[in-house]
Amino acid sequence: MKKRINPWIIVTGVLVGAAAVALTAMGNPKNMGFCIACFLRDIAGATKLHSAAVVQYVRPEIIGLILGAFLTAVATKEFRSKAGSSPATRFLLGAIVMIGALAFLGCPLRMVIRMGGGDLNAFVGFAGFVLGIVIGIVFLKNGFTLKRNYDSSVGEGFVMPGLALLLLVLLLAVPTIFAFSEKGPGSMHAPLIASLLISLVVGALAQRSRICMVGGMRDGIMFKDFNLLLGFAAIFVTVLIGNLILGSFKLSFAGQPIAHSDHLFNLLGMVLVGWGSVLLGGCPLRQLILAGEGNGDSAVTVLGMVVGAAISHNFGLAGAASSVAEDGTVNPGGVSPAGRIAICIGLVILLCISLVNTFVKKKEAK
Amino acid sequence: MIDARGMSCPLPVVMVQKEVKKNAPKKLQVQVDSMVCVENISRYAALQGYEVKTDKDGDDFVLTLTKK
Repeated sequence: MKKRINPWIIVTGVLVGAAAVALTAMGNPKNMGFCIACFLRDIAGATKLHSAAVVQYVRPEIIGLILGAFLTAVATKEFRSKAGSSPATRFLLGAIVMIGALAFLGCPLRMVIRMGGGDLNAFVGFAGFVLGIVIGIVFLKNGFTLKRNYDSSVGEGFVMPGLALLLLVLLLAVPTIFAFSEKGPGSMHAPLIASLLISLVVGALAQRSRICMVGGMRDGIMFKDFNLLLGFAAIFVTVLIGNLILGSFKLSFAGQPIAHSDHLFNLLGMVLVGWGSVLLGGCPLRQLILAGEGNGDSAVTVLGMVVGAAISHNFGLAGAASSVAEDGTVNPGGVSPAGRIAICIGLVILLCISLVNTFVKKKEAK
Repeated sequence: MIDARGMSCPLPVVMVQKEVKKNAPKKLQVQVDSMVCVENISRYAALQGYEVKTDKDGDDFVLTLTKK
């Protein structure tokens, strides 16, 4: 049985959990040590693709994850430029996954981190995430495919690592070209060098372990293969222990950091994330790692997620965190009517993409 | 031989699973193009009672699954 488990998966899970707790202790927003959706959104803000003043920062974690995966893939000879598997569909799926994640206020990774902090809203999101995965599996079992990719020019695989490096150089050389939040989550961050180094290591380990938040649940249900689920569990347990040690564990719906209790749309937002990620073949973290390994389709997906983040904030679709005003008035936050409509449109689009790529393809094959 | 090259996770395993469930072959060859697919199919095949032999084929891999 041991042979069936990739030993890196538990090491990676523990390290991701520990990194999330450490980065939070060093300044990252609470329960947000590592959140791919939030950090891509902050980069979208810093590069002025949206103008939400509280979520703008060039997150070194994203740069480190991509470059860590890239360097490891090159070192292990797994770097390979590939592309051509329905790129436009993947771009759209990336954007929809991001809109769902930002309504809930977190990608699957932050969902686990929030669960480890005792945020019961994240357990509601988790239910939606699993539901979305199950819906995606139904289509996979009936023949869903975005068709295969092919070897592409060597340069294709270097686009995303190159962009990450360019972003880092610009951040260090001319930071004034970016927008940086002065208050709110975007203003909270660990020291750049700590974020970069930790995420380089996490990126390297994620490449080796193939850790994927959606893959664990999917493979467990489809193949009784619980390898990737161990990574998911390791992150949860590590964050839980870390929060208990640091005294930051609080089991409740209300008063959670950067969260809201709009249960139905927390759930439906994460249905979008689970379903969309199954169709894409991996969660947002996994897409970043694959983009670092030379996968052009995943690079397009990541760009779709960045645009999805910009759409979310430009059109007021992202969830608003609950907050307490100075006079003690509680603003419950939640998902705006526009955000609710966007989630419903996202569900319809996912259904269309699922149906077309499952059944129309079958007809062609006859 | 199943050609699962270029397919996203978990489709290579789905293709193998489909064949195993439908025909329960004593021997099955699968062509893939990444180590991730080699690992995933190997884990699934082991759970189904297959021995797996992996051969390099240029930049790709050929897995030979043999029922124990």
